Amino acid sequence: MATLTPEATEVQEPDEHGSRGGLWSWITTVDHKRIGLMYGGTAMFFFLLGGIEALFIRLQLAVPDGTVLTSDQYNQLFTMHGTTMVFLVIMPLAAAFGNYLIPIMIGARDVAFPRMNAMSFWVFLFGGIFLSSSFFLGGFPDGGWFGYAPLSTQSEVIRMDFWALGLLILGIASLAGAVNFTTTIFTMRAPGMTMFKMPVFVWMQLVVAFLLLFSLPVITVALFEVFFDRNFGTLFYDPAAGGDPILYQHLFWLFGHPEVYILILPSMGIVSEVLPVFSRKPLFGYQFVVFAGAAIALLGFGVWAHHMFTSGLGPVAESAFSLTTMFIAVPTGIKIFNWLGTTWGGKISLKTPMLFALGFIAMFTIGGLSGVTHSVVPADTQQTDSYYVVAHFHYVLFGGAMFGIFAGVYYWWPKISGRYLSEALGKWHFWLMLLGFNLTFAPQHWLGLWGMARRTAVYPPDIGLETLNMVSTIGAFLIAVSMLPFLYAMLTNHRKGEPAPADAWDGRTLEWSVSSPPPHHNFHEVPTVEAIDDFWHRKYGEDEEGRAVRIATIPEPERFTDAYIHLPSPSYYPIMLAAGLVLAAYGFLFGPIGIPLLIVGALVLFGGIFGWAQEDPDHPMGDHDDHHGGHDDHEAETGPVEDEAGAAEGETAGDPEAAEVVEGEDA
Amino acid sequence: MLLLGTLVMVLSACADNLPRSTLNPVGENAQTIDDLFRLTLWIAAVFFVGVNFAVLYVAIRYRARKGDEREPKQVHGNDALEITWTVIPALILAVIAVPTVRTIFELADEPENALQVEVIGHQWWWEYRYPDLGVVTANEMWIPTNQPVFLSMTTDDQDVIHSFWIPNLNGKRDVVPGRVNTLSLSAPEPGVYLGQCAEYCGLSHARMRMSVTAVTPAEFDAWVAEQRAPAEVDLDGDGWGLFLDKGCSACHAIGGTDALGGGLNPGPDLTHVASRSTFAGGSYELNTENLRAWLRNPSALKPMEPDVNIGMPNLGLSEDEIDTLVAFLEELK
Amino acid sequence: MATETAVHGPTGTDGADIRKTAMWGFLGSECLFFGSFIATFLLYSDETNGGPGTEVFDIPFTSVSSFVLLMSSLTMVLAHNAYERDDNRQLRIWLVATALLGTVFLGGQVFEFTTFYAEGLRMDVSPFGSAFFVLTGFHGAHVAVGVLMLTSMIILSRRGQLYRHRGMNVELVGLYWHFVDIVWIVIFTVVYLLQV
Repeated sequence: MATLTPEATEVQEPDEHGSRGGLWSWITTVDHKRIGLMYGGTAMFFFLLGGIEALFIRLQLAVPDGTVLTSDQYNQLFTMHGTTMVFLVIMPLAAAFGNYLIPIMIGARDVAFPRMNAMSFWVFLFGGIFLSSSFFLGGFPDGGWFGYAPLSTQSEVIRMDFWALGLLILGIASLAGAVNFTTTIFTMRAPGMTMFKMPVFVWMQLVVAFLLLFSLPVITVALFEVFFDRNFGTLFYDPAAGGDPILYQHLFWLFGHPEVYILILPSMGIVSEVLPVFSRKPLFGYQFVVFAGAAIALLGFGVWAHHMFTSGLGPVAESAFSLTTMFIAVPTGIKIFNWLGTTWGGKISLKTPMLFALGFIAMFTIGGLSGVTHSVVPADTQQTDSYYVVAHFHYVLFGGAMFGIFAGVYYWWPKISGRYLSEALGKWHFWLMLLGFNLTFAPQHWLGLWGMARRTAVYPPDIGLETLNMVSTIGAFLIAVSMLPFLYAMLTNHRKGEPAPADAWDGRTLEWSVSSPPPHHNFHEVPTVEAIDDFWHRKYGEDEEGRAVRIATIPEPERFTDAYIHLPSPSYYPIMLAAGLVLAAYGFLFGPIGIPLLIVGALVLFGGIFGWAQEDPDHPMGDHDDHHGGHDDHEAETGPVEDEAGAAEGETAGDPEAAEVVEGEDA
Repeated sequence: MLLLGTLVMVLSACADNLPRSTLNPVGENAQTIDDLFRLTLWIAAVFFVGVNFAVLYVAIRYRARKGDEREPKQVHGNDALEITWTVIPALILAVIAVPTVRTIFELADEPENALQVEVIGHQWWWEYRYPDLGVVTANEMWIPTNQPVFLSMTTDDQDVIHSFWIPNLNGKRDVVPGRVNTLSLSAPEPGVYLGQCAEYCGLSHARMRMSVTAVTPAEFDAWVAEQRAPAEVDLDGDGWGLFLDKGCSACHAIGGTDALGGGLNPGPDLTHVASRSTFAGGSYELNTENLRAWLRNPSALKPMEPDVNIGMPNLGLSEDEIDTLVAFLEELK
Repeated sequence: MATETAVHGPTGTDGADIRKTAMWGFLGSECLFFGSFIATFLLYSDETNGGPGTEVFDIPFTSVSSFVLLMSSLTMVLAHNAYERDDNRQLRIWLVATALLGTVFLGGQVFEFTTFYAEGLRMDVSPFGSAFFVLTGFHGAHVAVGVLMLTSMIILSRRGQLYRHRGMNVELVGLYWHFVDIVWIVIFTVVYLLQV
């Protein structure tokens, strides 16, 4: 449980319900807000871990022929840095925001399947621990985050089994999360909230959930094929028997490129929420931003082979994928221009969330433009697998996705904790990070163009790469330093943070209409929505010039207790199921001696599924007085309580049995 | 602005201290690629300046000022603008697309009258075979300045994917087991062009380097004649005896002798090893001191996995044996 | 309100069954899962590595077992009809029939695999063998999971605990079952019929 430590800071500020405290209540929680916080805390912990891995990488590369790490250690670290940042940091951070915010932003009391949601988190947490624990069990995986066959199927040591099995486990978490989010967004929106009145953030999460639904199964197949080649003697990727390594590349990138959008679209959603609030103007071209997001996702399935321009696809395929790749720049550009349009003529308040959002636009644009140079196939054959491409995707995933995520953290933290994060520390964080980030990654463009190949543990001293590598390393440490004010502000927030009202930033969307922190049931009365940015329009109208004028002041919402709201009960089956799954995975990897563990894991797993299937999702598990309330068909007996009458329509539905999803994927 | 300034500065940087730079193209292929890249880059630079300037402008110009109580106009969108910033970038991309597609097809063509070279990627060194000339060598490819070169590249079935990349001469091309990929090079100017394997291929990927040495046609012919000749080996000498005793010939071939090499764990052909200037995946200068260090413990110079038939094992040689073998190798000119 | 939900199960704001939405999403994902394995198979359909190829297929036999699985979709429809009519006896009869037909199909697959192994088509002799066994094996695993779900439906129904409003119900299992059938029709066509 050591990895839970970073959450401790958040655990201390759960909310006003003392009765809901305690570790057990977190372990059995099915509350989307708590699950979101646990996702966020765990992902931030892995962010620090992945960052430390990056610092070792940069130390090794600070000087030519570096001796800080052996080649073996270096290969392990860059593999785990990539795997960690993609699968254990950015994806779960997006899930954290989605979990916490989607229900509140659409006016629901929880996600569609709260227990399945808890299961997603526990599977993610244990899967992440599983993957990272390889360090103590023979070394980190060392075949690259992309695990190209036959390198990944060739080595005898257990490391790449950890990688393949770990990603398969994490895939279950993401798939269940995607099913949950799509169902929640499609079916549980508050009355009046049509699809085109949803916040853009929710739209982007929906698009991401669809991308996950249709891309995860493809990498699942690729991973199964690698795993079976390694463990069951299949010959999918054995060239001697006629296996084709290029098939793996197609399958991996058919997942891998949508994955890039899975990583960036949530941040695009966050920025689309932050910019209007701090410009005091609505999002420019709402429909265009939404359609552009959907178009990026659709096109994202048609560009995968641009990761394979040097694989020898032939000029026809290369030209086709070059054109689709160029074309995807168009919707991306539309988004950038609409964001600029949002801020144009606004009344800009440069609070920390806004700084990160503007930083996102600037940095992501650089990453997007270098992406266009990759679509030019001949140029790409010089750039790919060089540091130029390393620079490119760090501008997209760090300057883009992570800056967007930090914008979101500063923006929604007052909602989560009831206290603002320090503005002063936030500005230090932003400016140091912006400087450190550019010092680290801007020089890498040139290093790549000057012939520095990716994933090389050493480079020779006499080819002109020394200076910029040193600059890049200094920048990396500056990024590390920039995290200190953030961590300090987080750790001291519950004491030093300035108290925030419910409507912390004069916001536009529904989450600002509930208290900070929100009550367990989110909405005392489920709102009826009339417009995009409904909450803003309750406060502001427009005068004849089109300027905003205040028409109403919303009183600070009362802090309701949950006593009369029907909510799903806590359950320990999700964590049991997740634990069983991962125990079985450990057991599998250690051959004969692992068999007892495999059996125990399988028993726990099936016990979890069985118990889950038997459990009445609304039946009180313990003496949680805030969780009584009837099952749908008991409602008559329990008696409709006053609050429930108005809320029945949007009431959180009981969790249907989700076990078959797990079994199906698991089979 | 700072970035742009550096960009201009760096793009015009001189070639001398950057031997592996893609920005110092030699030969037609690399030049075409560089031209196309620069065209794209300048267009990108316009957008880069535009967007980043707009961000700065907005942050300064529209910043909320104290005492200004007026709210901004609530603009929800503008269809004409949307169409503009959809169509214009699309048109610009079309401008880039045309030369891109043309260049893709140009570069894929096999040049006429080309020198054929077979490239075989090994973990972690390169083998070159000149099928028409009967030459086999490692890591250092020699080519004439007056003739294009056409590379047919693959690996052994039990090997992994590599990528052949000489930045001065052309983009990279993956070397994939079970497939033959091709790449053409030409170097009108004599010189040594450095490269590095560009697809992660395991433990010593970083030390899988190579070079292309372009020489005048006359020098090239002389080199070929020298390389084709069988090795001059004293079959009664200690060196040859030790070479056989220690099992070197199982992996390394020496032309004109019984050492046939090959096997499960092939090593570079040593017929004329002393004529090369580097060894160990092109990452060490070939000299007595380095050769001794190599024979003492090969994996200390270039980490390898001989226990799974990848790379040179530590033969546990005594210092005397090392001296004998180094002397023997240095005779293989 | 209470009677409404009792009939239609957990619903979203607009009355849609959220479990069905979720099941559709999951099945959409499954399409890509099987699609990728089928793509792998198509790529490797000639890569027999000197071992046996499609000549070991026994089309008449597999046609019969495919027919059995198709018939199970029919019995599933009948089960669902009985479920809509609240006819528990008929429901159980048709659920048992569906589970039995599914089991017969699985038995046929086990027999087929055994025969192929005897004739030298194995998972570890060729990419063709790998792709064949892993694709059809994963499909078989899906059928087995379906049979398990049908069995639990039967048990729950006997105990009188088969609720509509929570957990898996006959409609969801039916969706899943029909999907697995359709996938088999694709596999039978692409892997067997088009290859020989």
